[in-house]
Amino acid sequence: MSRLSDAFVKGRTALVCYAMGGDGDTAALLQAIDEAGADVIELGLPFSDPIADGPVLQEAATRALGAGATLRGLLDLARGLRLRAPMVAMGYVNPIESMGAQSFARALREAGLCGAIVPDLPFEEAGPLRDALAAERLDLVPLVAPTTPAARAATIARSARGFVYYVSVTGVTGSRAALPEDLQNRLGELRAVSPVPVAVGFGISRPEQAAALKGKADGVVVGTALVATHHEKGLQAAADLVRSLRAVLQ
Amino acid sequence: MRGLPPLFAEEPVDPPDARGRFGQYGGRFVPETLIPALDELEAAWTEARRDPAYREELSSLLVNYAGRPTPLFRADRLARALGLSGRIYLKREDLLHTGAHKLNNTLGQALLARRMGKKRVIAETGAGQHGVATATVCALLGLDCVVYMGSLDVARQSPNVSRMKLLGAEVRSVVAGSRTLKDAMNEAIRDWVTNVRTTYYCIGSAAGPHPYPFLVRELQKVIGEEIAAQVLAAEGRLPDAVVACVGGGSNAIGALHRFVREPAVALYGVEAAGHGLTSGKHGASLSRGRPGVLHGARSYLLQNDEGQVSEAHSISAGLDYPGVGPELSHLRDQGRLKVLTATDQEALEAFQQLARAEGILCALESAHAIAALREIPPSPLVVANLSGRGDKDLDTILGALK
Repeated sequence: MSRLSDAFVKGRTALVCYAMGGDGDTAALLQAIDEAGADVIELGLPFSDPIADGPVLQEAATRALGAGATLRGLLDLARGLRLRAPMVAMGYVNPIESMGAQSFARALREAGLCGAIVPDLPFEEAGPLRDALAAERLDLVPLVAPTTPAARAATIARSARGFVYYVSVTGVTGSRAALPEDLQNRLGELRAVSPVPVAVGFGISRPEQAAALKGKADGVVVGTALVATHHEKGLQAAADLVRSLRAVLQ
Repeated sequence: MRGLPPLFAEEPVDPPDARGRFGQYGGRFVPETLIPALDELEAAWTEARRDPAYREELSSLLVNYAGRPTPLFRADRLARALGLSGRIYLKREDLLHTGAHKLNNTLGQALLARRMGKKRVIAETGAGQHGVATATVCALLGLDCVVYMGSLDVARQSPNVSRMKLLGAEVRSVVAGSRTLKDAMNEAIRDWVTNVRTTYYCIGSAAGPHPYPFLVRELQKVIGEEIAAQVLAAEGRLPDAVVACVGGGSNAIGALHRFVREPAVALYGVEAAGHGLTSGKHGASLSRGRPGVLHGARSYLLQNDEGQVSEAHSISAGLDYPGVGPELSHLRDQGRLKVLTATDQEALEAFQQLARAEGILCALESAHAIAALREIPPSPLVVANLSGRGDKDLDTILGALK
C-alpha cells in the first residue's frame, strides 16, 4: 500500500505537477496546484548544481537558494499544508546525504510527504536511501531513461515503490517542440513489466502533448512549463495551466 | 627513436572496486540516461587497454607527437633560492606538446572515442589546458570538438580560448553559478545527457563518475613511471618525496600513483589556499571540505551545512574547483597522501622564484607545488611535478604584480 501508487487510478491518466520549493510563495503555489486538480505534487528541493535540469529549473533553483530556501525550511512549510494530492520530494543527492538519509526520511514523513525522486541517484547507488525511506514507509521513485536497456528497466521497475518515472527524452528537463516517436512503445514496454504505475515526464509542456499521452501512461509530469508560467505570469496562470492539463487528461 | 614509454600494465594496480569506488569514494551519481554510456565506456576501455594495437598507437603518439618522455631537471638554483639543502628535481610536463600534462589523457581518450565510433567530443576546462589538449587531439583525429568553459575563465585565460578556436574547436562560455570549472562541468554533463548516443565526453580531471577517475589516472600515471625511471637513472634510488598541485587531481594522481606502494616515498598534494584557508575563498577541498557528491562521484567537497556546493577561489583557474578526485580523497583518509596548501600570494612568489632561478615560467597551478617545497620536512631528494607552463597566466600574473 502506498499513497503515491493509489493516486494513479486505473483507467485515468494522473497529472503530476512540479513546483520548485522556495521560488516565490511556495505555500500558495502548492495550494493552488492542488485545488486546480493535480493528482500528485513534486516538491522540488533546490540544489546549487542541478545537472539533470535545463535552464528554467536551474534559474528557479538559483532564485530559491538566493531567497534563502533550505531543505528543512521547505519541509516545515509542507508540514503546515493540508493538500488533497500526495506530495513527493524531488532533489539531488548531496543535500540529502548532507542531512543524512535516515534524518531525511524521518523529516519527510513528519512533513507528510510520501517519498522522494533523486535524479542523480541511479539504481546501483540507491540502496541506502531506498532502505531509509522504506523504514519510514516512504517510497523511492526511480527513473528509467530512453537509453536504459529493457532488462535494466525491468530491474529498476521491480525495485520501484510509489511509481516509476519514465524520462521521455534523452536530455535534461525543459520544454520540447516534439516528443520521441517511439515514446508510446517504450511506455508500453515499461508498463508491461512494472508492478507500480508509470508516469512520464521531461519535455511535456503543452496540453496537446499531455493529451497525446492520455491512456499511454499512468501519469504525465509537467515541471518546467509550470515553473516558467508561475515565475513569468503568476499564480493564477499556473493554476490555469494545471486546470487545462487536467481537462485534456479527463 | 626514443624508447616507448612504460604504459599501463595489462592488469591495473589498485583499481577501484566493482562499483567504481576507492574506499568510500567514487561511484556513479549521474542521471540514469548516462548509466548505459558509462557501462559502454568501461567495456571499451577494458578492451582497449589489453589491445596491443591501442597501446602501440597511444605509445607512439605520446613519443612522436606529444614529446614523451618529458625531462626530469635538477633545479639546483631553485633549491638554493628556497634555502633547501636537498636536491630538487622538476618533472617537466610543461614541455609536453600543448604545454601541460593534459595531453597524456586526451590522446588516450580520443583514441578510445574513435574506437567507440563517436564523432563528437565534448570537454570541460578551467585553465583551458584540458580544453586545448582536447581540441588538439580532435584536430589530429578529425573529430568535432566542443569545449565548455566558465565565462570568468574565458576572460582570465584568453590565450587558451584563442588556441582552442584556432584548433577548430567551438568554445561555449558558461555564465551559470561561479562561472568557473565547476559550472563548465555541469554544462558538459548536460550536453552529454542530451547527446549521449553520438558524443564522447572527455573528462580532464581524475574525477567524475566511474570509470573516469580510474581511466584518467591510468592515462596520467606515465608521469610517475617516468619519474621513477629517471630518478633511478640519475640517483640510483627512488625519491624521498614527490609533490604535485591538486585541483581535480589529474597531474597529482598521475605523478604520485607509481609511488603509492613505495612506503619510503612521501606523497604531497598541494591545494589552493586562495586568500587563505580561513578566508572562505580557497579551493582546498581535501583540507577544508567534507565528503559529498558532485559531478557524479563521492569525494571531498567544499559545501555549506545544507549540502549546497560552495564557490571555490584560486588565482589559478585549474585549481579553482570545489571538488577533488575520489582516489586522492581515499589516499588522504588513509594518511598516504599528505595535503599542503599555498595561497595565491605564495604561488605568485614561487612563480617568480622559479622564473629567476631556473628560467622557467610555470603555470600558476604548478607554482603551488613549488611554493610548498619549503613546507615539507627536509628531504635529500624531492621531485616536484611541473604540470604546465605559464604563458596562459601572463595577464593574471602581470595584473597581480602591479
